[in-house]
Amino acid sequence: MADLTSHPDEIKVVSKRFGQGAAEIETYLKLDGYKAVQKALTMSSDDIINEVKASNLRGRGGAGFPTGMKWSFVPKDTTKAKYILVNGDESEPGTCKDRPILEHDPHAVIEGVIIAGLAVGAKIGFVYIRGEYRYLVDIMRKAIADAYAKGYLGKNIFGSGKDFDVRWHTGAGAYEVGEESALMESLEGKRGIPRIRPPFPAVVGLWGGPTVINNVETLASVPHIILMGGQKFADFGPPKNGGTRLFCLSGHINKPGVYELPLGYPLKKMIYDVGGGIPDGRKLKAVVPGGSSTFVLTAEEAEQMSMDFDSFGKRGEFLGSGGVVILDDQTCMVKFALRVMKFYQHESCGWCIPCREGTDWLKKTLTRFHNGGGLRKDIDNIKYLAQGILGRSFCPLGDAAAIPTISIVDKWRDEFEMHLEGRPCPFDPAAKITELPVVGAH
Amino acid sequence: MAPISEKLDQFFTEKMKEYPTKRGFLVPMLLYTQDELGYLSDGAIAHLARKTELTELEVRNVISYYSLLHTKPMGKYHVQVCTNISCMLRGGEEILDHCKSKLGIGHKQTTADGTFSLEEVECIGACSWAPAVQINYDFHENLTNEKIDKVLDQYRSKAKQ
Repeated sequence: MADLTSHPDEIKVVSKRFGQGAAEIETYLKLDGYKAVQKALTMSSDDIINEVKASNLRGRGGAGFPTGMKWSFVPKDTTKAKYILVNGDESEPGTCKDRPILEHDPHAVIEGVIIAGLAVGAKIGFVYIRGEYRYLVDIMRKAIADAYAKGYLGKNIFGSGKDFDVRWHTGAGAYEVGEESALMESLEGKRGIPRIRPPFPAVVGLWGGPTVINNVETLASVPHIILMGGQKFADFGPPKNGGTRLFCLSGHINKPGVYELPLGYPLKKMIYDVGGGIPDGRKLKAVVPGGSSTFVLTAEEAEQMSMDFDSFGKRGEFLGSGGVVILDDQTCMVKFALRVMKFYQHESCGWCIPCREGTDWLKKTLTRFHNGGGLRKDIDNIKYLAQGILGRSFCPLGDAAAIPTISIVDKWRDEFEMHLEGRPCPFDPAAKITELPVVGAH
Repeated sequence: MAPISEKLDQFFTEKMKEYPTKRGFLVPMLLYTQDELGYLSDGAIAHLARKTELTELEVRNVISYYSLLHTKPMGKYHVQVCTNISCMLRGGEEILDHCKSKLGIGHKQTTADGTFSLEEVECIGACSWAPAVQINYDFHENLTNEKIDKVLDQYRSKAKQ
């Protein structure tokens, strides 16, 4: 069970029921549970979408796409079955925020699914939870069963004459399934190979039907938006970046944890105040702002950043998934780049060549480099290879591998140079050079 | 006799009805079958292929994509050590090395008595509680070498019961 943490700057919206036993339906009902869906049942689908648009809620999975707009893309005049799909395949390194939501407030997710269904005219929702989160699958199964027992799901929900079903589903270990088209493939019982787009899922999704895919946190925010009103939620954050979100602080930080803070919160304050600063009197070197696929920030950059989508967008970068990873001055950036690439190489599905070959080649080059077999020309070659993947892969996994690599080479070139000519890693001189230097790029 | 229990088979039959296609529930079926048998046996794969009206090859094609699925027996307790970034920064690699020497096995190996198997895994979503290890489905977080020793000892005595 994930430990809970707290800080006075937190604005608890999505996390307000954490630690209060709200996974039990009776407790949830005492904490304003299932009020939002009853309110939504009195609203038109356009009113629901407009309320969500007014909230400026943007996708909490990492892409930051406006949720209300995503819902509005679903065609109204279709005879095909429509679906809501909850993306609970949380696997982005550094990200552990959907876990406490599913653990402490599963009914909020169910409520969010029903409201999304009312907004777009879907009658079925699937909650897909990654295979490793079995205890959360069990919590969700019970929550769904309890909601059926109360008549909140199934036929004629809340006596409204409307039907809505929610199903639970689990993955079996695959980062790539977090990508929405791969997620649909997995839910259909296949390998999680991404689909070409267009058509987008909102038009052709699960089993060919229009499908809305939202992250767990996004949907868990929706009932609160319906109850408090979109504008009030929007006002927590800066313009166009509505509300609060869960930030997961990890790495070299005194008080790691999941904290709910308004969008636009200063990263410097997040590190030194909320997170209690860097342990052992060390200094900040770098910050991964939103999961391993985001551009890595230097300490100087990090201390000036505001944590909202547009502050990052202006720089051509991404706020990401809320996974804030702190690196102190004793961290070897070459080793860090290697560990990140090892992950993407492992998770690449092999469907498209730039990602499959590129991540493998980069992993081999970075391994050799970190082991003291680096050549000067490798430094540019690492960047060149990463740029060769960027924008050329079938799904965003390739970009996710390229982005941190490019930023690390650009910003910490000196650390690559320190590893040249067979020198041991300057941050871990005791580390054995396990492989003999190999001449050549591969 | 079916290679999986009647109860599990019945549960699959019911869940399959919730999907518009026979293979919709395949991925969870593979995982729950593995939980019961310890791995995906040839018999179990053939059974699930018949049930979903797929070829065995199609089922194996799905299995090979997912990192939690195994076609060979694992240890009774599968120790999965995360060494991804957040865990690495807080000593995940040292925990892995410690598990290797304590258990006397390497990555994806099983102890001779079949009690433990070890795997270095990617992010398990325990970043803010790193370093973390998952043993079967149970999370063990904020670990030190001393803590993981105690955890492994508990599993070892549980295996003897």
